[in-house]
Amino acid sequence: MGNPTHHNPVAMSYLRFLWRAMGVATDGNWVFYAWMTALTAIALVGANAWAVQVRDGMITTNMSDHVSWGLYIANFTFCVGLAAGGVMMVIPAYLYGDEEMHHLVIIGEAVAIAAILMSTLSVVVDLGRPDRFWHLIPGIGKFNWPVSMLTWDVIVLNGYLVINVHIVGYLLYERYLGKTPNPVWYVPFVFLSIIWAISIHTVTAFLYCGLGGRPFWNTALLAPRFLASAFVSGPAFILLGLRILRMNSRWVWSPRPAQTLVQIIRIAMAANLLMFFSELFTLFYSGGTHASSAHYLFFGSHGATGLVAWTWTSMILNLVGAVLFFLPAALERGMVRPIACVCCILGIWIEKGMGLIIPGFIPSTLHEIVEYTPSLIEWKVTIGIWAFGLIVLTILLKLIAAVFTDQLHTTEPESAAVVQSSLHGA
Amino acid sequence: MSNKPVQLPVVNTETEGRRGFFKACGATLGLAAWATSLRPLVEWAGELSMDELLQKHFRELTSDQKQTVFKKLEEDTKENYGADVTISDHPALPGVQYAYALNLSICIGCRKCSEACHIENNHDRKTNNSYIRVFEMEKGGINFDQGDANYDHPVPQPGKFYMPVQCQQCENPPCVKACPIEATWQEPDGIVVVDYNWCIGCRYCEAACPYHARRFNWEAPTIPADEINPNQGYLSNRIRPQGVMEKCTFCLHRTREGKMPACLEACPTGARVFGNILDPNSEIRWVIENKRTFVLKEELGTKPHFYYFFDE
Repeated sequence: MGNPTHHNPVAMSYLRFLWRAMGVATDGNWVFYAWMTALTAIALVGANAWAVQVRDGMITTNMSDHVSWGLYIANFTFCVGLAAGGVMMVIPAYLYGDEEMHHLVIIGEAVAIAAILMSTLSVVVDLGRPDRFWHLIPGIGKFNWPVSMLTWDVIVLNGYLVINVHIVGYLLYERYLGKTPNPVWYVPFVFLSIIWAISIHTVTAFLYCGLGGRPFWNTALLAPRFLASAFVSGPAFILLGLRILRMNSRWVWSPRPAQTLVQIIRIAMAANLLMFFSELFTLFYSGGTHASSAHYLFFGSHGATGLVAWTWTSMILNLVGAVLFFLPAALERGMVRPIACVCCILGIWIEKGMGLIIPGFIPSTLHEIVEYTPSLIEWKVTIGIWAFGLIVLTILLKLIAAVFTDQLHTTEPESAAVVQSSLHGA
Repeated sequence: MSNKPVQLPVVNTETEGRRGFFKACGATLGLAAWATSLRPLVEWAGELSMDELLQKHFRELTSDQKQTVFKKLEEDTKENYGADVTISDHPALPGVQYAYALNLSICIGCRKCSEACHIENNHDRKTNNSYIRVFEMEKGGINFDQGDANYDHPVPQPGKFYMPVQCQQCENPPCVKACPIEATWQEPDGIVVVDYNWCIGCRYCEAACPYHARRFNWEAPTIPADEINPNQGYLSNRIRPQGVMEKCTFCLHRTREGKMPACLEACPTGARVFGNILDPNSEIRWVIENKRTFVLKEELGTKPHFYYFFDE
């Protein structure tokens, strides 16, 4: 381990893999270049907006002491769900031995990596003092664990990132070498990732539902609702990724894995809507101050109606998405499925983001109504984070497709002869 | 086609020369664009000192280190605000538990307490910030739904009563539990404080507080030099940096020196009672023992050290 890398053949081989992966990641047709250039430009706008926010203070956002979390934390919550949703490929593949899903499961893990990076960035941009970020590092800073739920979130999110980076990296590298991955080195981590995926979204729900002073969040149903909606948005996002990959690479697979995901979405969406209506019934039927946030969210309160349009849009998108997913056409490779995916992703982004975080603050703990609309800076930063996430995801998917279609693999003598021939075959 | 002798970054053997050249140009331009877009960060970082960046948690500083920090902060205040101030440590006194009580029967809602807090604690002048919000309430219940903190008319109004709310200095503070980095904690005398040099500004404590007692410095406070209160405590009224939380400290830089909080001194009706509940002869002890007091949101189990009472 301590040897300089140029003396270590394994390290050299790995560095060569990274080098060639970088080549693949930056190579493509004009659509790819246009896509990556556009994403980079958007990410740059976001980075600049964040830098301005750090310099001039968070007064550049539209948050206030009344609504002290906004678009950033809303987007954070959604992205955590997206990351957890990837597990819905892992469970069929590993717990139920679905062979075809097994081949594609790495795509779910790639989505998880990109989503975790986006959620972490969403928290970092929400910090007033990012220069003091090191205070959060256990051992160096002062980590208020196990009392603060935020420290749990730091642990589970970073842990989930490490687990998925390890699994994806290991499988890709072994495949690149033309070897069969050794189950000892990844199967235990895959099972760990199943538990971990549940934990990231549960802990994120606990961040909110553990606050007794915020009745809108203070419900035991929050974590199950988070998971159910994550198991819609995650697989929906993966379905879109699969579609794009299938249309842009030589990689082929049968319609079955996608059909499994659609079945999962059907059940998860039904569970999500059931819990959602159960929550609404409890709030509105019993009434009182517990319902005041929900009242503001759906109908407005004292003339303040900032979230009404958001929430009804979300309701309609979720319902339309659910209906489309239940159509037989959703099981086929047509246009119904991607439309249903987009409806559900947008619907849940609003439901879990603006529809959940903001009403927690309106009315305030002393029942004052101060509204919130994200500022231009907040939109730029958030869209910039999405652009960055999509850059990461594009690169990962491109790399995965190249390795899995044998376009990228080792040229070193120790590798399998089969692989050699397919490289120089053309 | 393969095995080119020289490889530029982002160019490898699988790409043609021309494409590789464009990739290298693209990468260079990309890096330049990133540097440009992040330039505001460099401007901001220029104002930070390495000492401040690496400062340890307040409770881990030795008294020598504390003196160095206080001196540095005094110099910074002189440089940025043009005022000569004294910043010191005001350790908690042994055998003291502070409590506050407020007589709702005689509070007239004049907001003198709020104003005194604003001046005493060196609050931002632009936002007119204060740790105290006074609610005009409908008689017939204690219902904040019917309350209004933004009233703008002579007081007291018929049919109304007035309810000032500030940090309740909970015995079981949800804000302290929430903080991921122990930047806020409860002192031995019950006062919850914030180390403004340690807080990362995540605002989880602000979400956790059931009493709207915490404030965030959305930008650096502005105060004219001649209005700055020069008697400052590190954990209380010193001018807060941008991007950190702050809160009421029962004016610990005064009360730990035997004085009364600024809000109490400013109250024209004598509605406010403050003191050490461990002292059997204190006025606060008499109020708690003899008046029918109540605390806000008792059902949350926060156990406030701030009591409200009515005369009859």
